[in-house]
Amino acid sequence: MDPIIKLENFRRTYRNGSLEVQAVRGVSLNIFPGEFVAIMGASGSGKSTMMNTIGCLDRPTEGLYLLDGVDIGKLNRDELADLRNRKLGFVFQGFNLLSRTSALENVELPMLYSRPPISAGEQRARAMKALEMVGLAQRADHKPNQLSGGQQQRVAIARALVNQPRVLLADEPTGNLDSRTSVEVMGVFQSLNDQGITVVMVTHELDIASFSKRKVVMRDGLVRSDDQVVDRSFSADALARLDAEQKAVHLA
Amino acid sequence: MLAIIRTALRAIRRNILRSFLTMLGIIVGISAVIVGVSMGAGARAEVEKQIASMGNNLVIIFSGNMSRGGVRGGFGMSGTLTERDYESLRRDVPGVTGVSPEVRTTVQVAAGNQNTSVSVTGVSADYIDIRAFKFQAGENFTQLDVQTANKVCLIGKTTAATLFGEGVNPVGEVIRMKNVPFTILGWLASKGANAFGSDQDDVILMPYTSAMKRLSGDTKFRSFSLQVASPEVLPDATNEIASVLRQMHQITDGKEEDFSIRTQQEMSEFATASNRVMTILISAFAGISLVVGGIGIMNIMLVSVTERTREIGIRLAVGARARDVLRQFLLEAVLLSAVGGLLGIACGYWLAPLLTKFAGFPTLISQSSVILAFTVSAIIGVVFGFFPALKAANLDPIEALRYE
Repeated sequence: MDPIIKLENFRRTYRNGSLEVQAVRGVSLNIFPGEFVAIMGASGSGKSTMMNTIGCLDRPTEGLYLLDGVDIGKLNRDELADLRNRKLGFVFQGFNLLSRTSALENVELPMLYSRPPISAGEQRARAMKALEMVGLAQRADHKPNQLSGGQQQRVAIARALVNQPRVLLADEPTGNLDSRTSVEVMGVFQSLNDQGITVVMVTHELDIASFSKRKVVMRDGLVRSDDQVVDRSFSADALARLDAEQKAVHLA
Repeated sequence: MLAIIRTALRAIRRNILRSFLTMLGIIVGISAVIVGVSMGAGARAEVEKQIASMGNNLVIIFSGNMSRGGVRGGFGMSGTLTERDYESLRRDVPGVTGVSPEVRTTVQVAAGNQNTSVSVTGVSADYIDIRAFKFQAGENFTQLDVQTANKVCLIGKTTAATLFGEGVNPVGEVIRMKNVPFTILGWLASKGANAFGSDQDDVILMPYTSAMKRLSGDTKFRSFSLQVASPEVLPDATNEIASVLRQMHQITDGKEEDFSIRTQQEMSEFATASNRVMTILISAFAGISLVVGGIGIMNIMLVSVTERTREIGIRLAVGARARDVLRQFLLEAVLLSAVGGLLGIACGYWLAPLLTKFAGFPTLISQSSVILAFTVSAIIGVVFGFFPALKAANLDPIEALRYE
């Protein structure tokens, strides 16, 4: 099987005046369809830079990045936009929903830019289906400020899924969420992954990373370790444990 | 496309006060365009009406030459036109449907215990048709009255009102001028002011023979009024008139003429020239305020792009191309200026009649000026919206997403 994401000796250098910053200094990484990868590292380790490149928001300074067999380095801005639209779904730390816009319309957003264009009726149907997948169909007409953090993040996930992407990219998806909601969001990721969607997630929390199948740790722009997750957490178990802990607190 | 319009409308509604203030520049500019153009058109229509009130296909021949400017003392002063000229113009110029000589004198006129000073014009029987006079009551004098220098006259509405009171039919009354009693045959319908502002109703018309023999003692005419059959024959007729008069006055080639010929077209061009200046001035003001309005739109769009950097980042991340973002912001600017344009047009429709009512300016709103104003406002949106939209479209998605 060919990797869906293939990085070869990937380097990214930023030039800040006369100062040259090497954010990523030669990373080779293959991610195969169906994987659930957590990229970990402290701030400044290069994980965000790598995520931006994997997300086709940026291009390598040096080296090769193949997404689903397509060489990203050779594409222009519009071709990258098209690729993001069709093959990638983004979930951000700050949710990044359009305010004063209903959940349904937020989920429809990527389809506005699809080519060939999608009819309004089908956009609506597909957005509803995506909201159902994350369990928010009843809240379709709610605005983001009427939703909890966890619900907002689920809307964002629905938006990421609506164009049936090959890869779901999540940048610190639980960074703004409390621990229980974080576990719930991880549950959504795990169930999507079980349905065959490849998930790549950046996080700096070890217990969040333990919900993934593979853990890549970065430091100073290089991959330090790349292991399968042993003793993987599952959201159902974790939720049960949290409930039990809470009960214990009440009893005490 | 529908979704883009909906997004743009939502963005405008979100900041309704700010959007309105932004539009205000365009509203002022466009309503100034509408009012300014309507004033120009209204003034032109007024002048055309006045020129038309002089008659149709009119040619006026003045004695003396006015191409030398004011040195000769203006037109019609030197009295070079004669009875013989009159006869040959009637006889020799093809296409002429009527000729009347004109002599003018100002006399004191009395009726009963009322008296007033009035301009008396001596003319032929053709004059009424040439100058498109109509009768309120009574009738024209005849060729026989001209031949016999009969003591008859026609009276204008203003003069009649002064002598006999407003609305009183003066036909059959006798008025005295220089102690000569004249019987009023006809009461002329009102014509209003002419293109140069004098009251065309403050007149007494009478056979030119009567005016010359009984009142002024003149033997020569100050001018002729001619009517030709149609505008097409006007140039030929004008040339023919000139050649007939040159012959009569024995003016050889290269010598200066002792008469001048003016057609109605020339007079209307002269009269419109001054209000064209006014139209240009108002248009200039309107243009300046439209540019200012456009800059206002650009300013607010730049603010909007900055405020919505994150939104732009999100759109780019989910696959919007640069041109999608460009189109969205451009449409928003165009919508702002077009709505401003529509409001400006409404304002213009409201202001123009007020101007007529309170300042007495004639106004006429033409459909073409409305279409022009709307097009201009939309173009302003495109021109001044383009730079902010381009700025939005060229944002780096990573930077935009990180923007706080």
